Amino acid sequence: MNTLAVKKPFDITTIRKDFPILSVEVHGKPLVYFDNAATTQKPQQVIDALTDYYSGYNSNVHRGVHYLSQVATEAYEGARTRMGQLLNTQTPSEIIFTRGTTESINLIAFSFGEAFISEGDEIIISTIEHHSNIVPWQLLCERKKAILKVIPVFDNGVLDQDAYKNLFSEKTKLVAVGHISNALGTINPIAEMIHTAHDHKVPVLIDGAQGLPHGRVDVQALDCDFYCFSGHKMYGPTGIGGFYGRLELLDKMPPYQGGGEMIKEVSFARTTFNDVPYKFEAGTPNIADAIGLVAAVDYLEGIGWEAIEKHEHALLLYATEQLIKEGGITIIGTAPDKASLISFLIDGVHPLDAGTIIDHFGIAIRTGNHCAQPLMDRFGITGTMRASFSFYNTIEEIDSLMAAIRKVKQMFL
Amino acid sequence: MTIAEKEEEIIDEFTLFDDWMDKYNYIIDLGKSLPMIDEKYKTESNLIKGCQSRVWLSAEFDGKILTFTGDSDAVITKGIANLLVRTLSGHTPDEILEADMAFVDKIGLKEHLSPTRSNGLVSMIKQMKLYALVYKTKASLNS
Repeated sequence: MNTLAVKKPFDITTIRKDFPILSVEVHGKPLVYFDNAATTQKPQQVIDALTDYYSGYNSNVHRGVHYLSQVATEAYEGARTRMGQLLNTQTPSEIIFTRGTTESINLIAFSFGEAFISEGDEIIISTIEHHSNIVPWQLLCERKKAILKVIPVFDNGVLDQDAYKNLFSEKTKLVAVGHISNALGTINPIAEMIHTAHDHKVPVLIDGAQGLPHGRVDVQALDCDFYCFSGHKMYGPTGIGGFYGRLELLDKMPPYQGGGEMIKEVSFARTTFNDVPYKFEAGTPNIADAIGLVAAVDYLEGIGWEAIEKHEHALLLYATEQLIKEGGITIIGTAPDKASLISFLIDGVHPLDAGTIIDHFGIAIRTGNHCAQPLMDRFGITGTMRASFSFYNTIEEIDSLMAAIRKVKQMFL
Repeated sequence: MTIAEKEEEIIDEFTLFDDWMDKYNYIIDLGKSLPMIDEKYKTESNLIKGCQSRVWLSAEFDGKILTFTGDSDAVITKGIANLLVRTLSGHTPDEILEADMAFVDKIGLKEHLSPTRSNGLVSMIKQMKLYALVYKTKASLNS
């Protein structure tokens, strides 16, 4: 595996050439892709990794003595090691591959729930969570007659930390919060929140779907117990993601699904389960996309996290400044610590109307509730427009968005 | 005017527009001018929930023809709802059930009626046809 990617100076022109889709046209205009929080585009290196796998060494893993199976197994387990390095886990076995963040949270809600949650227990989440970090816990609470407690949010999109501290009781069994809000961009102070929870001996799950694409994450430094991620939001393929889980917790959690790979011995009288991580990976895993994910991680590290953060932050500042200068625009989520996404409304224009017109300028933004209905309710709105930026976006593209916004105002107001 | 004639009329109106922006400006005008549904009908039971925009639809049947009124919180959705109401309102249940609404495709607005758009318009057409079916069934029971 290529773990020693050489960092080159940040050159936006070269970077954009690595992403074939960035040269397509939409409605006859060059694509401006500002829906990166939904999914990111893929560099040629990722596309090549998939093609190379299918055309060169496609084979099932873990169960073959033949040559290709060994090559595929090494590549797949290499992907686990690579993700372990990226997140700085103690051992690669602490990385479990799933289809993505949603499946990771569902897996943990089921397995952790079976092992540790009983009637009357409490789970803490926050108002600004994505539905995928709400609904699995609601299902668990229904199953176990447990109670969901919700951290409130201030008007600027920052979680109320005093209220959070007051939510703990002897019954609290887990905290599940997002690293970065997909709807507002708020970066939560997860290190402190984990520290607070651990003071109460409560483990913490971090929904890192929006976190991992934007910066370095060190699960040991954070001291978190679970960190969930999606490959497709970090320039990798769809259908692959996973989570870090603290080994001593994973050991105590029962399997999620039954099938091949996850067992040691099967008889009709009794089945014994395989060890972590295989216990949680029933059936043939997503080999190709795990390999594609490695190519994405190599690519990101090749650019360098510092350069990525710097460029994305510059885009965020520029876009925020332009929207404020424009006037007649309400920014939803004004936390001091924000990732490179902006939720906003053009005053007096429905977000769907604005999004429809902006799309005709070849600009892809997201409109709607961003799978965060409780958050929209909290702000008394039905949805927003969201522009989310990646390191491959440019200042000129933000200027195009601003021009489209001015056109929308002309047409509707 | 039959439903087919109304559809032709709308297609003619839209051929006047050279580019997409003129077309949308017209739909926006329609959205702004649509006689709002009577406030008393803007109820939860007349609400069609799209994921992204909300549509209200009410229907009245005089024993022969159905009259629809509609509204939406998004202007473009409302403009297209206006076209749907204009096409189907004032017709018998049988005529409404037979209408294929092909004009939507012909004026280049098919994407707005895709189920993935979730603006409530697909459900609105379904709901209009459902009203027609209900009143047709009721009428046949009474006769």
